[in-house]
Amino acid sequence: MYRYDEFDTAFLAKRNAQFRAQVERRIDGSLTEDEFKPLRLMNGLYLQLHAYMLRVAIPYGSLDAQKLRKLAELAERWDKGYGHFTTRQNIQYNWPKLRDVPDMLDALAEVGMHAIQTSGNTIRNVTADHFAGASADEIADPRPYAELIRQWSTDHPEFQFLPRKFKIAITGSPNDRAVTRAHDIGLRMLEREGQTGFEVIVGGGLGRTPMVGKVIRDFVPENELLPYLEAVVHVYNQHGRRDNKYKARIKITVHENGLDTIREQVEAAFERTRAEFEGVDERVIARIRARFRAPDLVGGETQAYQDARLDPVFRSWADTNLAEHKDPDHAIVTISLKAHGATPGDATAGQMRVMAELAEQYGYDELRISHQQNVILPHVRKSDLPAVFEELKAAGLATANIGLASDIIACPGMDYCALATARSIPVAQQLAQRVEDLRIEHEVGPLQIKISGCINACGHHHVGHIGILGLDRGGVETYQITLGGDATETAEIGQRTGPGFSYEEIVPAIERLMLAYLEVREDETETFLEAYRRLGVAPFKEALYGPEKQRDAA
Amino acid sequence: MPRPFTPKIITANALLEGDVVYFTENGSWSRNMSEAELLEDEAHATIRLIDAEQQGHIIVGAYLADAKSGPKGPEPVHFRESFRARGPSNYLHGKQADARSDARSNDNY
Ligand code: SF4
Repeated sequence: MYRYDEFDTAFLAKRNAQFRAQVERRIDGSLTEDEFKPLRLMNGLYLQLHAYMLRVAIPYGSLDAQKLRKLAELAERWDKGYGHFTTRQNIQYNWPKLRDVPDMLDALAEVGMHAIQTSGNTIRNVTADHFAGASADEIADPRPYAELIRQWSTDHPEFQFLPRKFKIAITGSPNDRAVTRAHDIGLRMLEREGQTGFEVIVGGGLGRTPMVGKVIRDFVPENELLPYLEAVVHVYNQHGRRDNKYKARIKITVHENGLDTIREQVEAAFERTRAEFEGVDERVIARIRARFRAPDLVGGETQAYQDARLDPVFRSWADTNLAEHKDPDHAIVTISLKAHGATPGDATAGQMRVMAELAEQYGYDELRISHQQNVILPHVRKSDLPAVFEELKAAGLATANIGLASDIIACPGMDYCALATARSIPVAQQLAQRVEDLRIEHEVGPLQIKISGCINACGHHHVGHIGILGLDRGGVETYQITLGGDATETAEIGQRTGPGFSYEEIVPAIERLMLAYLEVREDETETFLEAYRRLGVAPFKEALYGPEKQRDAA
Repeated sequence: MPRPFTPKIITANALLEGDVVYFTENGSWSRNMSEAELLEDEAHATIRLIDAEQQGHIIVGAYLADAKSGPKGPEPVHFRESFRARGPSNYLHGKQADARSDARSNDNY
């Protein structure tokens, strides 16, 4: 009943051959677009504003050097020399030609990659904490569970035609870096009485009706995770509204039926599924875990790192772009794809090769893509950091801005996306450039700015400390600001400040917000979000729209 | 009084390349908006859209978009169509790049 095997070569070859034949039949006229469209979407191929777009899955954001080199090859051979990493930990190619797509898919299959099922009303690509397997604050690596869920959901007979798409995120750490509260199901790993399990959160989501997910069960032991998930999706599949696309997500199901009702039904279904799954998870998870074996870390002295820190440029990068590894001799390196003025999440083929090389040479051949559209080297020995930094610098990849104002999430917006109502990329570019010109981001400190080009919220604007939503208001690009959003375990949906700003006005408006924060914060230790929570929206509104009196008069 | 009809053009994406194309008076597709047929009559526009949709082996997703008459031919009204006619803002790709290389070859650089 369930596919518990990795997509094997034979399976991918068969799928790709099928799609190649379908493309041929579309080109020779035997398939109409209405017939072809669902087939191409199943294979990750979209038609956007200026071209086709191929969305390639990167399950739970994990890659190795060989895979990343293959992604570079695709960018060079069939695209315009770059790829775009998305907030779903995928990569998108913006310029493929229809005829070339079957060749691209075959090339991906050579390294076990594909574009399958990144669309449709199914369980989508499971996202995971991008520091998985490395972070000091982690209970256990969540990726074996992500893989378990992927295998369970792929081609699951009951769940191919859900009321709507379904997204699951998982974190192995109490510090939520996977935005679990903004997913249909979020899983947060916990330990209780020596047993590992998960807090299960349902009904989160952004988009038109943003909601923070609610805890439906505070603890599911790890060996009962799949039957519990099966029960949740089963109940949703029965109740989810198919009459109205905007009310079809589980967040609305939970909202309409009430969390308690849904919980009761899930528990009832769980009685049954638990019996069906008896013992399955344990066997499978043991097998999967073997594939996620942590690398044999080779520690060693960290003097070279300490010495390098005397260089202020290196130190600045180290202070922003490194995170604490579970092994004290190692660090987690976040490579910023947010050079000031560049397109958030874009990497050239050359940059991909440099990162692949670094992973191989210094990083135990592991790489991750974060939903913040950056690339992670999860395990780098501290003594190798100076060398890694030098090579990143030479490739234009050493921007020291992780978590700062210019580390902006931006969806493709109306520069590529057919659904967009306004552009987001150039707003991000100009904003990052402005921040750099003013040289204020290190003073401003932690600040997450997130931009979406339409209400679908792929840019997660609702959970940005500053969120920007691009809209079409009477044929003019207009940007709405939200404040106080939070993507972490203390998730919050940001609040709208008031009237929107034009394309020309939006960057100066955000600049005023940052300057206002510097004015009103208690001291340097109070972050933007903390200041907002303490003071409320008033001082920020004033910065945006002028003093209240004047506003009334206007 | 009937609402005045905003002139339209018919646009789509090319099946093979995926790029933006415009329906011309002689029933072919041009990559240049200024060569599109400007449809100033609603009934005629409806019929032309049906004609355009017959060519599903060449194009995808034909639709009517507002346009206005300019010195060189039809011009976009809405910013979405301006972007489609130009290309993305973050790189010199799409039509703006094609236009540049066309200009170059015309000028015999
Ligand atoms: S938020 Fe809207 S514009 Fe941005 S990528 Fe998603 S659908 Fe496209």
